[in-house]
Amino acid sequence: MAQVRLEHITKRFGDGSEAVTAVDDVSLQIEHHEFMILLGPSGCGKSTLLRMVAGLEDPTEGDVFIGDRRVNDVEPKQRDIAMVFQSYALYPHKTVAANIEFPLKVRGVGKAERAAEALRAAEVLGLEPQMKRKPGQLSGGQRQRVALARAIVRNPAVFLMDEPLSNLDAKLRGDTRAELVDLHRRIDSTFLYVTHDQVEAMTMGSRVAVLSEGRLQQVGTPQEVYDRPATAFVAQFIGTPPMNMLPPGLLGSDAVQVGIRPEHLRLTPGGQLHAIVKQVEHLGHEVLLFADANGTRLISRLDPASFVPEVGDPVAFDAEPGRLHRFDATSGERVS
Amino acid sequence: MNRRLRDVPWAIVMLLPSVALIAVWTVYPLVKAIQKGHLRCDVTGTKCRDAGWGRYWDVFTSAEFQHALGVSLKLMVLTVPVGLLLGIGLAVLADKHLRGIGVFRTIFSSTVATSVAVASLVWFTLLQPQIGVFADIFSGWFPVVKNPGLLNDANTALPAVALSSIWANLGFTFIIITAALQSVPRDLYESAFVDGAGSVRRFTNVTIPMIAPTLLFVGVVLTTRALQTYGEIALLTGGGPNPEKPTTTIPYLIYGRNSLISNDLGTKSAAAVLLFLLSLVLALVQFRGLEKRVHYGR
Repeated sequence: MAQVRLEHITKRFGDGSEAVTAVDDVSLQIEHHEFMILLGPSGCGKSTLLRMVAGLEDPTEGDVFIGDRRVNDVEPKQRDIAMVFQSYALYPHKTVAANIEFPLKVRGVGKAERAAEALRAAEVLGLEPQMKRKPGQLSGGQRQRVALARAIVRNPAVFLMDEPLSNLDAKLRGDTRAELVDLHRRIDSTFLYVTHDQVEAMTMGSRVAVLSEGRLQQVGTPQEVYDRPATAFVAQFIGTPPMNMLPPGLLGSDAVQVGIRPEHLRLTPGGQLHAIVKQVEHLGHEVLLFADANGTRLISRLDPASFVPEVGDPVAFDAEPGRLHRFDATSGERVS
Repeated sequence: MNRRLRDVPWAIVMLLPSVALIAVWTVYPLVKAIQKGHLRCDVTGTKCRDAGWGRYWDVFTSAEFQHALGVSLKLMVLTVPVGLLLGIGLAVLADKHLRGIGVFRTIFSSTVATSVAVASLVWFTLLQPQIGVFADIFSGWFPVVKNPGLLNDANTALPAVALSSIWANLGFTFIIITAALQSVPRDLYESAFVDGAGSVRRFTNVTIPMIAPTLLFVGVVLTTRALQTYGEIALLTGGGPNPEKPTTTIPYLIYGRNSLISNDLGTKSAAAVLLFLLSLVLALVQFRGLEKRVHYGR
């Protein structure tokens, strides 16, 4: 039904020498009913990209397609999209019911039908008891659900979400993640979801598009992005704790940077990497070992049942065979 | 409990300055005015006797007060809605991110720094039938502008004063509403835009409700100011033109040089107290009537 296609999208703000390139030649295809995550640190251009799909910003160059239609010059309301904002953007003076009905009211839907549709959307999100309240009387999680209900009430072909969970506390965020995945399963819309939180990206996305400084770094399933990061940036951005990055020459040639995930860096007597233990974190199900190898910080993930050295101990590591990630030392792109 | 008792002397010391100021500048004059309102004085104002609370009723029903009350209410009706609408209009126009908009913001808000005396002088000159700019521009369509002049005609004097008053208050209205507009989260507009709301619907569904508390406040202030209009009257018309006295507002009846009751301390005090009650009642009506429809906070 609704595929979203971005072709060579560039967005510059300002003009002349002061121009800032927020999005730099991004091409991306989001399939129908996919849950696509735009992931990157703040300022990477992910929100700008989303806003261009919504029609809140115009691309400087490139084309946006929703379905088969080029929508560059199409008003947001004609694009068959709905957007959930980070702040939820609820109307504080309207009741929950009136908030949810608003997109229908704008479209001239009759009163009775509006109320029925709003109730249906509210039921999906368990909001029926709150219909007569105002947003100020709701908890953060409830407000967030009102914003979602207002988005689904129109049955949009594409759902755009701009960091919708970042104003929730950690526990609620976890619950809501699961609810969103469930919602995506139940409705027939394509999801485009912006976040800087890699946990959200890994747990919710059918695919993840990683951006840095306006450029698309990699698109793939969460597992692909984790297992075979396309650039040194992706390798370090995804994964907690982050991938160990060895300076060129420490292992292998001078032209490559070698990356090893903490779980693949094994304590091995006589190993190639010699280091001094700086810190040991016991997390219960695992132990994180922080060590210093001649100025390079190494992190290793250990089984608590295994031998755990103490702070100040000299240790030696080896990487699990076949688990090295090699990146070009200058471009940062994956070599092997 | 002990702690509370220990705090009492300090609390009194801390409160004393403001209590003293309010007592001396607000409570004492009010009580004094209420007392003096009981007085019935002779024509010269030298001999007065206490006529009791009934004096207020006499003053209220007197022809002079009724006339001034009518004028004050007319002035309020002429100035408040127009001033409010113009303020909203200008503030919305200036709330765009356009190059050079700062210049217009400065111009629109400039009247806040203009005293009533200066503003009245400006309008007096503009409206002057012989040399005023208005006479040159409009006399072809409206002969009254030239002869006898807007301020000198019984039918146009009050609207002309209202014009000057609206202009003088516009800076205040503009600044307060501009501040309110800037505090409306942009997300709300964008969300409404994505949902398909056009500019009119965004204005009625987002802008107006979000700035409603400010509009209520500005409305109450403008109403109070309209009822207290004195400077413009004293400088532009002196309550005239006579004999109709179409611009003798309650404050002008109380303070005005040409006022019929200028020597009558008792009547003046009674009128002042009645004006205070009128402002109070109108403000209460505005708050009570509109507050239910106004949403504060998020």
